[in-house]
Amino acid sequence: MIALLARDLKLSVRAGGGALIGVLFFMTVVAVIPFGVGPDLNLLSRIGPAILWIGALLASLLGLDRLFQAEREDGSLDLLLMQETPLVLTVFVKCVAHWVATGLPLVIASPLLGLFMNMDEVAIGATTLTLLAGTPAITFIGAAGAAIAVALPRGGLLVSILVLPLAIPVLIFGVSAVYAAIQDPAPFLPPFLILIAINLFFAVLGPVAAAAALRLSSD
Amino acid sequence: MSEPSLAIRKFSDLANPTRFLALVATVWPWLAGLTLCLFAVGLYLSFTTVGDYQQGETVRIMYVHVPAAWLSMMCYTVMALSALGTLVWRHPLADVSAKAAAPIGACFTLVALITGSLWGKPMWGTWWVWDARLTSVFVLFLMYLGLIALNRAMDEPTRAAKVSAVLILVGFVNIPIIKFSVEWWNTLHQPASVIRMDGPTISGEFLRPLLVMAVAFTLLFFTLHILAMRNEILRRRIAVLRRHAARSAGGAA
Repeated sequence: MIALLARDLKLSVRAGGGALIGVLFFMTVVAVIPFGVGPDLNLLSRIGPAILWIGALLASLLGLDRLFQAEREDGSLDLLLMQETPLVLTVFVKCVAHWVATGLPLVIASPLLGLFMNMDEVAIGATTLTLLAGTPAITFIGAAGAAIAVALPRGGLLVSILVLPLAIPVLIFGVSAVYAAIQDPAPFLPPFLILIAINLFFAVLGPVAAAAALRLSSD
Repeated sequence: MSEPSLAIRKFSDLANPTRFLALVATVWPWLAGLTLCLFAVGLYLSFTTVGDYQQGETVRIMYVHVPAAWLSMMCYTVMALSALGTLVWRHPLADVSAKAAAPIGACFTLVALITGSLWGKPMWGTWWVWDARLTSVFVLFLMYLGLIALNRAMDEPTRAAKVSAVLILVGFVNIPIIKFSVEWWNTLHQPASVIRMDGPTISGEFLRPLLVMAVAFTLLFFTLHILAMRNEILRRRIAVLRRHAARSAGGAA
């Protein structure tokens, strides 16, 4: 399992900068927003956390279709399916590797983009923290969508369509936790804890569903 | 023989599509007739009861809106049960059922959204509010469309059914989360002045036509569902026949 983790990480780092493209997309999305809503710094600082969250959500969806696609193309997916270790665990490890390669850079890039959005320190810290807790959930539930679409010729767009509705709770609680941290009366902890709970829930549900879909579509 | 095992035997008898088609052929005229009668009664009741003193005539939208919204939920539940049937019991008709139910569910959801919007304009002064229930129903609509798209994207019907069954079940787990969380979200952000849908409207005067319409909608769903299932079975048979014809033609040439 650790070997698989290392292999996936190496592949994603060395193969054409997949992680960097995700971050680049994230930055582009965030950079486009001021052109759309106008360079009003007050407005930007108010909607900044939401923009960062939406950008991160879209960016983490971007690479999802590659999660199983490359392995299906070169046939190593069948080897993973026939392994002794349970497929759920394999999928889980692949998700973790995918998150470290694509989700973690987004989290690291978010404080910088927060500065662009004229957010104050508390907002930046809260956004980074919630992204750290929330993006794994998107990867886990996205793995189910990626596994479903793995057999399709043009699955990339379909993955996004299938996964986005499922990722809405993550977005809701992520953004509401950030706003709770900024605005005084609302407590930060409850939405943040719910976000972590969703994360754990998806960490179970996503790999199980993805493993089932992989088995069903492989025959 | 005990009663449950008899029921199970009956259920697995239906796994034979020909038997199912025979059952549909006998049942559907009755079901359709009953649906028509109930709709006649329900619509008559809906238009003859007095309007609400606050909402006036627009309260009649409720008699279409609420059953449609209810059916959009029930349809997804039927799909989730069918998905279980596909994955657990491998019932051959379950995937047909799930596939046939998706467009119907999408239609009911769309009807609920449109009537709700028409109702919201005079009552709330706006076509659309990002309110808990509206948002969750909209997400449900998107999920229906995604499922239809997934079903269309795959050539092989049995494999498409299995894979979309996984997605249906994952989505079903998500539905209560969406509803619950968005409600929670709105208590934080939404001003409390939004009129609640389930507030003043439920009294006996309104409840009677509403229930009749709800039963009528349910029967309508089942009528459409079994007919859509029949069409799907026939469509698959035609596809198989075409394949056979093509193969024999290729063999002869």
